[in-house]
This record gives sequence, structure tokens and C-alpha cells, in this order.
Amino acid sequence: MMETYYRPMDLPKFAEISEGAPDLAKKFFDYYAAVFAEGELTQREKSLIALAVAHAVQCPYCIDAYTQDCLEKGSNVSEMTEAIHVATAIRGGASLVHGVQMRNVAGKISL
Amino acid sequence: MSRIQTAKNQGSNLYQVPGLESFKINLASHGLDLSRGTCTTLQINTGLLCNQFCKHCHLDAGPARMEIMSPNTINDVIDLAHRFRFETIDITGGAPELNPHIFTLIDGLAPLAATLILRSNLTAIAGKDQERLLERIAENRVTVVASLPSLNEKQADAQRGLHSFATSIATLLKLNTLGYGVPGSGLELNLVCNPTGAFLPSSQEQVEKRFRQLLQGKWSISFNNLYTFANVPLGRFRDWLERTGNLNDYVGKLASSFNPCTLEGLMCRSLISVSWDGYLFDCDFNQSLRLYLGNRKTHISDLEALPGPGSSIAVSEHCYTCTAGSGFT
Repeated sequence: MMETYYRPMDLPKFAEISEGAPDLAKKFFDYYAAVFAEGELTQREKSLIALAVAHAVQCPYCIDAYTQDCLEKGSNVSEMTEAIHVATAIRGGASLVHGVQMRNVAGKISL
Repeated sequence: MSRIQTAKNQGSNLYQVPGLESFKINLASHGLDLSRGTCTTLQINTGLLCNQFCKHCHLDAGPARMEIMSPNTINDVIDLAHRFRFETIDITGGAPELNPHIFTLIDGLAPLAATLILRSNLTAIAGKDQERLLERIAENRVTVVASLPSLNEKQADAQRGLHSFATSIATLLKLNTLGYGVPGSGLELNLVCNPTGAFLPSSQEQVEKRFRQLLQGKWSISFNNLYTFANVPLGRFRDWLERTGNLNDYVGKLASSFNPCTLEGLMCRSLISVSWDGYLFDCDFNQSLRLYLGNRKTHISDLEALPGPGSSIAVSEHCYTCTAGSGFT
């Protein structure tokens, strides 16, 4: 039985996941590194996107890691908060836009 | 006795952080040796008096500090620069602008080195009575190295004090007007960006690109180069790290980011650092710990020869700061 599902000291163990399936892990971590390299988007911008997504998927490891990474990349708390609001708006919007389905069904069966 | 065993016998953990390897042992375990190269730079700390009370200051400088370089020591420094010619002379503090003898120092040193640097916090030089100093440094072609930790006012002020950001922007505009940072003027303006907390700096290249875009776009400010430096866990910054429970993680992060490739370019290999009272150190950070050059308290007036290539450098665990990531040169 686990005492808690999330422990901060587990985050640095992420690389150990390769012990189960090293070839797949290598492919994943190579891809991960390539995704976050400077490209058309800057590393700072990618880190802000990652922070927003981390909140959307509600991953405490990612929130911890990308909060620090955003600060290291030169972002400030206002920018980071706005990024989270983008994630929140999309999450909320995704629920609300399904109201169209509700309206379609309701419209079809209502007098 | 092996190099690692020797280092273990000498080593200690400055921060008492569990599991932190002493810097000496770390070097030995990598088969590395940190020793001096040719000494080309003289760094002078004019005193601990500063108009700011920055949270990341490794020297605990501030408005209440009365330790400043005296006229006698300033004469000794100028004499030192005459006796041993340096390529670069770097004036730092505290706020060097607040030393009442700063004109003597600048006028005395400017003819003696190819590059004379004045490190400025951009606020001490902002007062009306400092106009003459601004003109004098421009006349002497002094390179200005200015602190600007963030382009966000709240972040910058949190580190350096209320209104420091607005004043810094005004000073940068004034420096540009004098020709500093303007292409072709020959007056160099470089920025230094320290992280605004217990985290490492980003890629220097990327930060410089962003600062150039935003400073130019928002305020029409130009500069030559930008350097990113990690904050050194000494002085007031160490106190803050301890008080906020960040010390272990921060020091651990520095140590785990150790990059052997940084060693060759470390500034302690090529400079001597003079404290406000005229004593010699391997770097300004070692002044905070009173770790003297050659482990011996030597006054500049007694220095007979510059430390030669291969001579030792006093180190401790704060040295992990300069070897983390891309390093600190």
C-alpha cells in the first residue's frame, strides 16, 4: 500500500523508467529532448505551453518541473498565470461547447 | 595517498547539506585539478556600501555598511596596477559609485589597462549629483557592466528593491544618450542577468536575444552583450535560502549541474580580487568567506609577484555555482 501517490523525490527517478523497456524509453526521451529544443518557438515559449498543459492534465510532477523551468527560462509569474488561464479556458470551453450536443439532442426530442 | 583521499581529508561541506560532495572531492573524482593560468585581470571591490539591499547579494552589501576603500588603499591599488600590468581592470562593490574617491580610482586606472570595467547597479549612478561621474566614465572609455535581472518590474524590484526597475530603465536610456551600447561609439554597455530566485539561469544566448528584442521594442534601449550568472549561495542570498527552506535543493541543483568543461574558463584562473581593505583573493565570492589568495592574508602593498600558472586556487562548495551548467566566467 502506498502512503501517497506523489512524492517529490520520485521526480528525479523518471529516467529509471527505461529499465523496463530501454528501447522505447530512449525513443521517448530523444523525442522529448527534440520537442523542447529551440525551434520556431523559443524554449521559453515551449516551457510556458508545457506549464499550461501540465495544469490541464493535472500532473504534479510536471507542474513542479515546469514552474521551475519557466522561471529559469526567464518567464515571470504573471506570464505563467496567463498561460494557466489559457489551459483553463480550453478545458472549460471544451465542456461548454458540448452544450451544443445537449441542445441538439434536447431540440430533437422536445416539442 | 590518492588525490581523492587527500581531498577527502581536506574537504568539508560548507553548507552541511546531506550528501553534498565537497568541491575538492568532486574535482578529484573527475580527475580534475583547478589551478591558475596567466593572471590578466585585476578586480577591485571598492566597499560594501550600497544604496540597494539586494536579496541575492553574496557580500551582504547595503546602505548600512560602512566598509569602503580608503584613499590610501586606492593609491595602493593604482600602484599595484602600475607594477603589474593587467589587460582588464574590473571595479565592483557594493556600489562603487558611492565611494567618494571613485574619480581618483577611475582616473588613475584608466590609462593602465586596455579595458577598465565599472560594475553598476544602475541606481547608485542615477542621482543628479552623479552626472559628472557618468561623463567621466564616458571620457575614460570605461566599460559599464550593469545589473538587470528581469524585464518584469515586479520580479526585478523583488530582488533589488522598490522602484529599482524604473530607475534602471531611466539610467540605461541615459547611458545610451551618452553613446553607451550604441554601435560604433566604442562605449561598451553590457548587462548582467541574475535569476530572481533559487533557480539556475537560462541559456545566455536566448536571454540576450529576448532582452535585446524587448528593451529595443519597449524602450528603444540598446546594449552590447548580456551575461547570465547564477546566484552564489553566500551572504544575504544564503540567509534567504536558509530562511525559506531552499538551501538544500538549491545547492544540490548547483552540484548536480557540475560541468567539467567550465573549469578552463573560470575567472578565478586569470584574476586577482582586492577587497575594500586591500587584501588579495582569488575571486569576489571568496571575499565573502575570507578565503584568501594562496590561503595567506596578503596586502596588495606586500605583493611581490602575481600568482603564476599552476598555483593553487582557494575553493569551497560555493564554487559549484561557477561550474554549474554553462558556467560563470
